[in-house]
Amino acid sequence: MDFDALLLSRMQFAFTVAFHILFPAFTIGLAAFLAVLEGLWLWTRRDVFQTLYLFWVKIFALSFGMGVVSGVVLSYQFGTNWSEFIRLTGGVIGPLLAYEVLTAFFLEASFLGVMLFGWKKVGPKLHFLATVLVAIGTSVSAFWILSANSWMQTPQGYEILVNGVFQATNFWEVVFNPSFPSRLTHMLLAAFLTTALVVGAASAFQVLKTRRTGEAPQGWTASRVALVMAVGMIAVTAPLQLLAGHWSGEVAHHYQPSKLAAIEGYWETRPDQPLHLFAIPDRATQSNHFEVSIPGVGNLVQNLPRDEVIQGLDQLAPEDQPPVFMVFWAFRIMVGLGMLMIGLGLWGAVLLWRKKLFDSRWFLRFAVVMGPSGFIAVLAGWMVTEIGRQPWVVYGVLRTADAVSPVTTGEVLTSLLVYITVYSIVFTAGALFILRLMAEGPKAVITARAPEERRAPGSPLAKAPEDVDGDLPGDPS
Amino acid sequence: MTLDLALIWAGLIAVAVLLYVVLDGFDLGLGVLFPFARSPRDRDVMMNTVAPVWDGNETWLVLGGGGLLAAFPLAYSILMPALYLPVLMMLAGLILRGVAFEFRFRARDRGRRFWTQMFAFGSVLAAFAQGLILGGFIQGVQVVDDRFAGGPFDWFTPYTLLVACGLVAGYALLGATWLMLKTTDDLHGDARKWTGISAVATAGLLAAVSVATLVAHPVIGERWGWADGLTGGIDWAVFAPRALIPLLGVAGLAMIFLGSRKGSHGWPFVGALTVFLSGYLGLAISFAPYVVPYVVDFRQGAAPDNALGLMLWGTAFILPTILAYTAWVYWVFRGKMTPETGYH
Ligand code: HDD
Ligand code: HEM
Ligand code: HEM
Repeated sequence: MDFDALLLSRMQFAFTVAFHILFPAFTIGLAAFLAVLEGLWLWTRRDVFQTLYLFWVKIFALSFGMGVVSGVVLSYQFGTNWSEFIRLTGGVIGPLLAYEVLTAFFLEASFLGVMLFGWKKVGPKLHFLATVLVAIGTSVSAFWILSANSWMQTPQGYEILVNGVFQATNFWEVVFNPSFPSRLTHMLLAAFLTTALVVGAASAFQVLKTRRTGEAPQGWTASRVALVMAVGMIAVTAPLQLLAGHWSGEVAHHYQPSKLAAIEGYWETRPDQPLHLFAIPDRATQSNHFEVSIPGVGNLVQNLPRDEVIQGLDQLAPEDQPPVFMVFWAFRIMVGLGMLMIGLGLWGAVLLWRKKLFDSRWFLRFAVVMGPSGFIAVLAGWMVTEIGRQPWVVYGVLRTADAVSPVTTGEVLTSLLVYITVYSIVFTAGALFILRLMAEGPKAVITARAPEERRAPGSPLAKAPEDVDGDLPGDPS
Repeated sequence: MTLDLALIWAGLIAVAVLLYVVLDGFDLGLGVLFPFARSPRDRDVMMNTVAPVWDGNETWLVLGGGGLLAAFPLAYSILMPALYLPVLMMLAGLILRGVAFEFRFRARDRGRRFWTQMFAFGSVLAAFAQGLILGGFIQGVQVVDDRFAGGPFDWFTPYTLLVACGLVAGYALLGATWLMLKTTDDLHGDARKWTGISAVATAGLLAAVSVATLVAHPVIGERWGWADGLTGGIDWAVFAPRALIPLLGVAGLAMIFLGSRKGSHGWPFVGALTVFLSGYLGLAISFAPYVVPYVVDFRQGAAPDNALGLMLWGTAFILPTILAYTAWVYWVFRGKMTPETGYH
């Protein structure tokens, strides 16, 4: 393997986009959660909702900032590292990216200022509107970028001119390409799940801490309310995610058979495929080592009749095959975690039903451990999607090797090292601040005060004595 | 009536870039001035004057880049690889200063000092790199077969370094005048001092850049009515109407100096904006109709008409909306900023 500009650019894109997606995966769900909290607060005027809002908005501000700066890097990387891709397909996916900026980024970025610093400047209703608009912005942004990405997976509605440049023939078909609906559903569910898992873990941690120390911290009621909300969310979205993932698999089976073959580790084209539970796929030998399989159910889990032929990698020349090992294992990590999430949701729902949610130490510990699992599943999912698309950048039409910029190895090596250094610093600091806030937990707010005097979260004054303990410890609400 | 879509998009992107330069210009400028602030408290105030709006300001950069990608993919795909290293510097700078807004508030002692430094360092780096990008753009890039065909350091010349210093000074000027507008007391006094210094530096560097441009790039010189660098005499018929542009810049400087002498808080900022407008118009005259100077004009570089049309359709509604709510946000956060009142 040559460490040339192509390979380094792929490593760099993978690194920077993987870093970026951690934040959208969390902020999309968190923005919606904050909108719900503020709405509930306006509606019921119960302190807990405001306490929770003021707590989670600080974490939101930190994550959002990191999401923004890492996103700007990506949008420029299309030009610096994949200029041939843009030169050829810019006329097709360019408008989608432009609409993302116009309809989503401006909305998020402008109303974020009001959301974080506008408490005293605008009334509660306008402030709520700002929160809602930020939440809408994050989802609209996902809509456009996922449309662009899906077009790269399942391109349609375009023609290729004599000079090799792509031109759209029908933008409706470009935007609503075949893999877009399933991908958008799967990704949005992933974002909600990821957020619910983090909120659940942080809240479970507070509940556990209280039980261990025996004294209830400020905002303890709030943590319990948040835990209930998170468990409800997980119990609903985790099973839905299984269905959405299954839908994605069907789409891949239909439009990207080489990806499906890599996901399942099928080298042979045949009916009645097995289901591989464990294997070490090896492109050199074009086979799996150490297979542990259940014969006869491969077709069934994909909802296909046993006699239907499923394409294997033997249909492709080795240079046209995706890196099988990575795709195979990333898929198993995602699905494995998905199953654990379903388990977590079910267990929580049962405990909630029996009114024992705050008493089961083992459940609370499990919830804490599952905190980061959403991020890992999201990263694994994207690896399946993107590495499974190789060696194509636009599936079946444009090879990754033909998409790279005419830049030198030295330049790309420099930029890769710079990004690794800068992101390590930023990530370490950001994660530290977020974890520190989570360890402290929410602080109760008293209502007696007029809204005018409330401090802005995410500001230096937010640390000022706003946080007076209002709820009595252990006070059931 | 058929619309000249390529022309409209060239205009729209030019406006987006101008808005970016003046809007993010003043908040990058604050970072440039950061090391000179007297106390951590002053720095808090400085940062708070832009905290609610910097993200929106930076979005114009995303629109500038994204718009270029979408409307002129050919230009984008030539310029970005050509300016690979300056773009990297700019992005690294923007990351460090962007996260510093939140991180500074969350960090304790040592961490706080670190992120204060990173805010200043990142802002200067981003401003300087943007100057290098601008200089590299003016110089022109080597193109073969619709692809960039030069080397990694083509942009690195005395000329681009001069432009970069000019832009850093200009951003400092924008930042200083913004602070005059938004602050009171000692900080306001400091801001006035910074305004004077950076205005002199900006004026000097802008003049130097203008002369260097005319001398070094005969094509541009001709557009302004100069033949053969500065030696061949001036064609007054060409130059006279264009002289209004540098005059606009001089008028801007006058607003800055007279305004701050008279104790005005607003005029220096308007003056700084005028100086930037003049510089920008000067560039526009020098380059039109090229999107990659001297090789690709805006018609050759444009995306297909159906793409431009689709985008224009939405933009016609969305851009006015964006401008309206941006203005509203600035309105919400209007007025002076002091440690006591704050926004909060
Ligand atoms: C599923 C959602 C999703 C995905 C796949 C991506 N992004 Fe993203 N992006 C968002 C969801 C998002 C967001 C939710 O809108 C962000 C994240 C957090 C945030 O601050 O806004 C954002 C921020 C963000 C910004 C900064 C916007 C601003 O200035 O406010 C840019 C320029 C990009 N992204 C660009 C990209 C590119 C070029 C991507 C792909 C290669 C990409 N994003 C993948
Ligand atoms: C946000 C989540 C995403 C993740 C985690 C992700 C992950 C990856 C990975 C791992 C690669 C390297 C694949 C390889 O070279 O083997 C890659 C490549 C790439 N991806 Fe994505 N991707 C994401 C979203 C997107 C989106 C939304 C787009 C476009 C709209 C996109 C466009 C590309 C391009 C242009 C490349 C480089 C060419 C290539 O290697 O195929 N990606 N991505
Ligand atoms: C539970 C069973 C699951 C199944 C059967 C499943 C299936 C799939 C499949 C087949 C793909 C590839 C889609 C394509 O390339 O077109 C995919 C991608 C992905 N998965 Fe899953 N998934 C599951 C669970 C999860 C969970 C729990 C998460 C995260 C919380 C997740 C997040 C993602 C993401 C972010 C992608 C990439 C984006 C996309 O292509 O949709 N998945 N999944």
